[in-house]
Amino acid sequence: MPRLSQEQIVFVLWVVLFAAFALALPGFFTYGNIITLIRSVAVLGILAVGMAIVIIGRGIDLSLIAVMAVSTALAFTLMTQGYPIWIALLLGWAFAAVIGMIIGCLIAYVEIPALFATLAMGAFVYGLGRYAIFGQDLVPLPPNDSALEVLGAGRIFGVPIPILLFAGFAAGVALFLRYGRLGQFVYATGDNFAAARISGLPVRPLVVLQYVFSSIVGYVAGLTMATGVTLMNTRIVNSTLLYDVILVVVLGGISLSGGKGGVRNVIVGTLLIGTLLNGMTIMDIQYTGQNVIKSVILLIAIVVDSIMNPRDEQTTQQGDI
Amino acid sequence: MRLKLAVSIVAGVSCLFAAATVCARADGLVDPSRAGYLETFKGKKVAFVPIAMGFDLAQAWSSQLAKQAEELGYSYVVRDPNWSTEAGAQALTQLIAEKPDLIVVHSPDIQSYARLLKQAEAAGIYTLQVNMKSAYVSEGYVGSDYNGLGELAANLIVKQCGQGSGKSGKVSIVQGVLTGGASVYQIEGVERIFKQHPEIKVVSNQAADWDASKAKAITQTVLQQNPDLCGVIGFWDGMDIGVGAAVKEAGKTGDVYVVTSGGGSTSACENVNNGTFSALISYNAMGQGRDLNTLIKALFETKPKPGTVKVIDYSPLTVLTKDSVKPDSCWALPTTTASK
Repeated sequence: MPRLSQEQIVFVLWVVLFAAFALALPGFFTYGNIITLIRSVAVLGILAVGMAIVIIGRGIDLSLIAVMAVSTALAFTLMTQGYPIWIALLLGWAFAAVIGMIIGCLIAYVEIPALFATLAMGAFVYGLGRYAIFGQDLVPLPPNDSALEVLGAGRIFGVPIPILLFAGFAAGVALFLRYGRLGQFVYATGDNFAAARISGLPVRPLVVLQYVFSSIVGYVAGLTMATGVTLMNTRIVNSTLLYDVILVVVLGGISLSGGKGGVRNVIVGTLLIGTLLNGMTIMDIQYTGQNVIKSVILLIAIVVDSIMNPRDEQTTQQGDI
Repeated sequence: MRLKLAVSIVAGVSCLFAAATVCARADGLVDPSRAGYLETFKGKKVAFVPIAMGFDLAQAWSSQLAKQAEELGYSYVVRDPNWSTEAGAQALTQLIAEKPDLIVVHSPDIQSYARLLKQAEAAGIYTLQVNMKSAYVSEGYVGSDYNGLGELAANLIVKQCGQGSGKSGKVSIVQGVLTGGASVYQIEGVERIFKQHPEIKVVSNQAADWDASKAKAITQTVLQQNPDLCGVIGFWDGMDIGVGAAVKEAGKTGDVYVVTSGGGSTSACENVNNGTFSALISYNAMGQGRDLNTLIKALFETKPKPGTVKVIDYSPLTVLTKDSVKPDSCWALPTTTASK
């Protein structure tokens, strides 16, 4: 019997679910609904791509959602105060980049474990935002700058722009990881940090770069999400979105111990979650019921994986969770 | 001679009258209630525990509470648990130990604070609840009658989508957090009315966690499945911006009747004006703040034993549509508190 990887198991699960929904639910397998399905998880997918790079480099970014919310809220607040749209956008971008750089430096040079550094920075960034940038959880996009709505609500050739952004990010990162020299370095540091360092790779700047990248991805995801509803709901920081992002990445088969996986895993994980959510909304299953079903499907994926790919001394890595 | 005397007497008397009037104006009358009234509030302490301070409703209530505290010279503190029920329970426990004279509580759901409110009562502290009711009502509740609000929203939909409207009668409901007082009581009212109108079909009844993006994703899926959707009932304007955005993106603004409710801040009125919401049921948070202030004054003046009075003060509801919304229908926070 051929061994299936976790990614393949999740993929099979997705195909089965998709086929079942397509047969059982009228209106599921239509162009419009498929677009809606992907549209609803596009932001999740963009965030997961950012998170994937960090996790492949054997890190984790728990500040991703806080950076996303606060940098977007900063840009919107500046627009409300009358700054030209591009300056506001640039400053929001710079804020995200600087925070990413600080996080990266804390991890790479001060050598604080990523888990703690990003957890602390996430709380700090959100606190800073609440204290200094916005007084209300909901930060509206000012009506004069509604041109920006195109980003979250517009379409090109009938395809919503968030989907195109997700596709663009996924393609870009896939190429970067597979063919870029830096991308290969990310795998090397994630797989074996000490060996990569001894081989002469610039491991510390590389770590900083990963967090700058994930923060900027967070900012773009935030803009996409917020322009789609003309407001940034900064309360999202307290939601389960962060765990959903990690879930999508890990579910797709990217190991938390680093060095493995790629963009394809993220796409498979995102599609499974998107299909589940879409199908359950069509069936009008209550929210609490949805959570139960979602958890059961995820458990099935993990159980099947651990039966097919049992852990032993050879496959277990140090740092595996 | 006599005439002269008479004239001077008349002049003198009128002078006297004039002087007396001037005197009376300077003297005035002391309102006998005033000294006692002002004395009542000296050294009192009022605390406010909202779900979070970062949204329009809590800021409106707090600005009213703070204003009266300043005018009457009692102290006022806010403990902000920022959406965490645990932090809120902790803040309440801490406050009960500190023994303020009165606590205004905004419960995240109907159960979590019920026991703590009983404890506060036992400790001799008055408690008032605002807009989301706990299962245990202490001295008073100021806020919407959510059963009634649900009825009102459902009736608005029935009028648009019910018999004789020529529409499909398909309706989607977007709730907040299912256990919140605003959701459990409101859905009862909605369902009761819909039961009387079999032509209304609820095609989706989902919770979006008070989050606009989730509300948008749900509404997009529902619109995709039911292109002839007639109406949506959303449970809070801050979340239903997502519903409106989904309707707009589908190019169905005006075809789908979006009913929402909220505290009536200016952004909500703007959204009525630009067509995001078809109807907004406003419970006027600023007015609720004033109602709270009235109850606070009444409790301090009458000094009932804690637990002996229960006042339910449902807020008046106003339906705002594009036709009925006026420049003064909504409120903006005073600039001093708006920034923080």
